[in-house]
Amino acid sequence: MLRPVSAYSENLIEIHDLMYSRGARVIFKDLNLTIKRGEVTAFMGPSGTGKTTLLRLITRQLIPQQGAIFVNGVDIATLNQSELYLLRRRFGMLFQNGALLTDINVFENVAFPLREHTRLSNRLIRHVVLTKLHAVGLRGAADMMPSELSGGMARRVALARAMVMDPEILIYDEPFVGLDPISMGVIVRLVRRMNDALGITSIVVSHDVAEVSTVADCSYLISDGKVAASGSPDELRTANSELVRQFMHGMADGPVAFHFEAPNYAEQLLGRDTE
Amino acid sequence: MKALIRDLHSTVLEFVRTFGAFQLFFLRLLRHTPKMLLKRPRLVIKQIYNAGALSLVIIMVCGFFVGAVLGLLGHNILARFNAEDAIGTLVAFALIKQLGPVFTALLFAGRAGTALSSEIGLMKATDQLSAMEMMAVNPVRRVLVPRFVGASVALPLLVAIFICVGLLGAHLVTIELLQVDAGAFWQQMRLALADKDIFEFIVKSVAFGIVAGLIAVWEGYNAIPTAEGVGLATTRTVVITAISVLILNFMITAVLL
Repeated sequence: MLRPVSAYSENLIEIHDLMYSRGARVIFKDLNLTIKRGEVTAFMGPSGTGKTTLLRLITRQLIPQQGAIFVNGVDIATLNQSELYLLRRRFGMLFQNGALLTDINVFENVAFPLREHTRLSNRLIRHVVLTKLHAVGLRGAADMMPSELSGGMARRVALARAMVMDPEILIYDEPFVGLDPISMGVIVRLVRRMNDALGITSIVVSHDVAEVSTVADCSYLISDGKVAASGSPDELRTANSELVRQFMHGMADGPVAFHFEAPNYAEQLLGRDTE
Repeated sequence: MKALIRDLHSTVLEFVRTFGAFQLFFLRLLRHTPKMLLKRPRLVIKQIYNAGALSLVIIMVCGFFVGAVLGLLGHNILARFNAEDAIGTLVAFALIKQLGPVFTALLFAGRAGTALSSEIGLMKATDQLSAMEMMAVNPVRRVLVPRFVGASVALPLLVAIFICVGLLGAHLVTIELLQVDAGAFWQQMRLALADKDIFEFIVKSVAFGIVAGLIAVWEGYNAIPTAEGVGLATTRTVVITAISVLILNFMITAVLL
């Protein structure tokens, strides 16, 4: 029996018995988890476990086959399009590659949600946009085009855009991938600082254990379509489970096989499988 | 045999499903069009510029030479019957009723249609459309509708320009080069052309504009979000638009005969 959370409960997002499959491949089965208000929650797990898919389900870019997702006590599957868009205004999402609009400059990218959803004057929009760009250290890049930005800069601009509407929930999809140590350090600090300074709730999807451990209050390790372990980064690091140990310490041997399922190597090399 | 029937069945089913989705997509675009035109006319104007003004060079160059070759060939044939004066009529009929709309639509598919498909496909592949969804901005309304309307408005204008430049090309070849009488050229044309010929030009260019714009945004929006997928969508845009325009041209010509 599904029970909606109260609108002002400690849990901002609750996922109940989620089932989602793509074709014959089951991505999630009976997934249950909660995301607490005001915390930085991380989804970790090996590549291909569906972490990004989970984000898309939470934001209803995808619809689960079974189960329910409650955001602020509302089952998001029941929302019509305008209600969904109203809900999404409370989300800010940082995509893995930034997803900046390539035909407009940095300033206009950050101003985009304001121009679409508000009737603020140009003067006020300029003020807000420059404030947000300053917060990510890129006020000086306001006139640059997205193609002129490095990967780290693009992600910081995307972060400024994600928070320009002052969202309640900021979602980061693999924010640390492919960044140099300086950019990574900047992003790590920004995630934590935004969360604490603005009093928002953050969800980070990543498999960078070290970085996530420095920012997350609570982490979920997802494997085989379920929550394999959850808790603070310290709790996960000292957990007894073999899977958790393998993931947290980056060990090659363990329950998660390095090789994708394949026929016998020697037999395949000798061509016996084709006989 | 059974496999053949099964394959045929699934192909027909897939075609019907895709065609149904295509029609619903068209209705979705139409539903958002009035609001977009009233509230965000600048976005539409920008797309008219992108699809129209940026296609001007290719349309004018092609129009000029199509008109010139029509004049040259037409004169060559009509001269055998001592009917060179009718060259104006021949060129005008060919350009206004057939070559103008069809040629422009085919060139448009190659220049602006492919640009639209690849732009939208790449926006999808780089998560720009998903990002808009997440910012509570409907990408169909914000991205697709202005491009569809822009293409639909730009094409009839380009057809008119193609015809004018084509007539100029024919004029230069037949009057300046082949010494046909200018008065006869324009007078014969004026007398031969009726309102229904102009009506046919308008119907065709508007229909081709809608078809070219619709196919370009459909293919871009439904592209598989990979480099190969976007490439395929771009190719399909040209092929499907060309076939659709030629079939539609035959149907409109038959109806308006």
